[in-house]
Amino acid sequence: MNSAGGPWTIAFQRLAGDRAAMVSAFVLILVVFASASAPLYARFVAHTDPFRPNLDGSVVIDGRIEDILQPADNPLHLGSAPIGPTWHGAYFLGADGQGRDVAARLLYGGFNSLLIAGSATALCLFFAAIAGIVAGFLGGWVDQVFSRLLDILWAFPVYLLAISLSVVLISQGLKIGPITIEADNLLLPIAIIGIVYVPYVARPVRGQVLSLAQSDFVLAAVGLGVPNRRILLRDILPNVAPTLIVFAPLVMALNLLTESALSFLQIGVQPPAASWGTIIADGQTLIYSRPLVAIAPGLAIMVVVLALNVFGDGLRDALDPRAKLRVQ
Amino acid sequence: MLLPCIGWCQAHRGGELHLSAYQASGTIDPQINYESDFWQIYFVTQDGLLGFRKAEGKEGLEVVPDLAEALPEIGDGGKTYLFHLRRGLKFSTGQEITVGDVVASYRRMFKVLGPNVGSWYNIIVGADACLKTPQDCTLDGGVVGDAQASTVTIHLTRADSEFSQKIALPFASILPADTPPHDLGTTPPAATGPYMIQSYNPVRQMVLARNPYFHQWSEAAQPDGFVDRIIYRYGLQNESEVTEVENGALDWEADPPPLDRLSEIGADYTKLAHIHPLLAYYYVTMNTHLAPFDNVLARRAFALAVNRKVAVNLYGGPALGTPICQLLPAGLAGYAPYCPFTKNPDARWSAPDLATARALVKASGTAGMKVTFVCSDREVERSIGIYLQSVLNDIGYQASVHSISYNIRDTYLQNSSNHVQIGLTDWYQDYPSPSDFLDVLLSCASFHPGSDASINMSGFCDPAIDARMQGAIATELTDPEAADRQWTEIDRTLTDLAPLTTLFQINKLDVVSPRVGHFRFSPLFHFIFSEAWVK
Repeated sequence: MNSAGGPWTIAFQRLAGDRAAMVSAFVLILVVFASASAPLYARFVAHTDPFRPNLDGSVVIDGRIEDILQPADNPLHLGSAPIGPTWHGAYFLGADGQGRDVAARLLYGGFNSLLIAGSATALCLFFAAIAGIVAGFLGGWVDQVFSRLLDILWAFPVYLLAISLSVVLISQGLKIGPITIEADNLLLPIAIIGIVYVPYVARPVRGQVLSLAQSDFVLAAVGLGVPNRRILLRDILPNVAPTLIVFAPLVMALNLLTESALSFLQIGVQPPAASWGTIIADGQTLIYSRPLVAIAPGLAIMVVVLALNVFGDGLRDALDPRAKLRVQ
Repeated sequence: MLLPCIGWCQAHRGGELHLSAYQASGTIDPQINYESDFWQIYFVTQDGLLGFRKAEGKEGLEVVPDLAEALPEIGDGGKTYLFHLRRGLKFSTGQEITVGDVVASYRRMFKVLGPNVGSWYNIIVGADACLKTPQDCTLDGGVVGDAQASTVTIHLTRADSEFSQKIALPFASILPADTPPHDLGTTPPAATGPYMIQSYNPVRQMVLARNPYFHQWSEAAQPDGFVDRIIYRYGLQNESEVTEVENGALDWEADPPPLDRLSEIGADYTKLAHIHPLLAYYYVTMNTHLAPFDNVLARRAFALAVNRKVAVNLYGGPALGTPICQLLPAGLAGYAPYCPFTKNPDARWSAPDLATARALVKASGTAGMKVTFVCSDREVERSIGIYLQSVLNDIGYQASVHSISYNIRDTYLQNSSNHVQIGLTDWYQDYPSPSDFLDVLLSCASFHPGSDASINMSGFCDPAIDARMQGAIATELTDPEAADRQWTEIDRTLTDLAPLTTLFQINKLDVVSPRVGHFRFSPLFHFIFSEAWVK
């Protein structure tokens, strides 16, 4: 192993040598770029507005005009089904129950899902870092207060808490003084999902800070009269950062699943916006006639969560040599 | 037309009918329960003095004598109803049905504060006092029994041409006088029909067995049943229910089949499917007290912009719905096709007119306003809600959708404190009268601000139209044809004012197992369980 360079360089080299982590990173980058290109795809490839129902529209496929919502061809004229996969630019994966292009919505949905999961992860790590570091370093009554607050939050099953918050906030929106957040604003699911996982990260961070606070270099700094703020920024935070970085992809994977679950239950992303969870919900009613509507976002979630977890493992191995030793 | 049971049909007697619903419909008390699933049960277990004929088509809308020997002798300008109670009939407990039971049952209706006592039965003399102190209800001078003559006389404070229909409904079921004056919950009531509820567990099943004391006294009102037992299971998911019905493991499901199974039913199980029109429709209610729909132009714009064909397709296709835009459904007295909200206005809806709708929104000065569309979380209703949100956006509003639990849909929409601007719901007739649509849905008396029980969700109130409706109800007593004409005109007036936008009239799809024969459908109570056989 090349021991030249600082710890971050070493960690990066380790990560670069982890083939599984690199493949995962490539998959994640691909998904992010694909999702970010959703408006371009909708405009130049699908030629549809994926947020507007198109139930009485039609599309030309191989020179034939086909209805988006196709009446059932049966003696009783019962039921109707949206157009299936055309494997062409327009309606590549078919239409959903509202006649909207599933492929375009899949990309837009991916963008929203990743945006919510990513932002919620950042929010979660930020609050977890503050709570864990402050509680662990200051100790005493500050630690007691923070720890009990985290305990209370931890006492609720994650999904129950997320669903409860969502039902209340997403049904009515949020009003705090002059600030009003509408029910369909993505900030609401971001905030809800960001909060519920805070204890799961703050706890180990606090434990690590407790240990760091007793380490020689911190005790020496305290003995030399270095201010707490400087100790926190120069000694504690850099040592906690790898832990937070390792947590990031894992928490993001959890957040993605939580977002999908809430949106599936109609208490996450609100129509006409899409997320992978809402698309699965849309596809649930078409599971017999157009299974791809539900399967496609389900596969997308599975691939991204798998990639995040594999990448997270790679990060952990790269940033935590002791873990690497254990593995070896 | 029901066939008389002479010998040949004896061969079909026996066996069990297996029914299923995802969930039970609450209390089993017939004087309280207001759910169509349970009214279907009461149709074969309970009887009132009058009942609706157990027949298909228009015959099924006819009121016939049930526990009474004949239709009432109406006197005093429509304010007195004299009934002769049939003699020798018994409850499923073995007790004879007496005049005292009839009087006690009418009192009990108030004691348990059934859902509609304050609106349908408040015209009985003494009802005012009963509504104030239900537990002491005597209906003194209102319901008078004469045990010797076996008669019951009901005195009303004013004439009501629909009173016979109202007392033919399950709320006016006759129960033993010693039935507890509180909600029976899961305790089965004594039955009078061919079946009695033997047991009821709301999370598991209900079992109906033959009433050992039943004998057929009127084929029109209460014919004998074919099967020996009816097992009604709860808890199966809708998808499983359809599969079990197709396989014959179940005979019928109460829930509408999932949308993505309709094609399969229409293609492979045509002989098992039965489709019947209902006196019911889906409609969008618009709050006439809140912007933008306090402006009639905005309401008309929405009514013009809605593509009802799309709504029908989202509901399950043209077999299950017929586009409409007036307030009286087809098949009801006074109905005459009328549709001002369509491209090229005609008697019937043909296509939306977006250009005119946008112009109306502009003219109303409401363009750009924020509108929240409320719908339930049921898959069909949510789909229609999302579509209607796009319609609102198309005509110039900034619309969002708020979906709520189906269980609270109507109470939420009804309570004006929730400030619902616009929402989707449905309406099924209680009894076949134009007033059950026009008067109930849009009269001033049906609007109760701040209440969960305000059926007039749009809050529309026009005393002049109310007076015309009361006039039509009064005319029904003396000149039904003239009353029909009045209802037709009122329907047009209200449709033009667009306090609500009707989308489509509902057709009901029933799927029965291959072994079920003699499927008969009442337009009011739907599948008549007692008429079906499995042998």
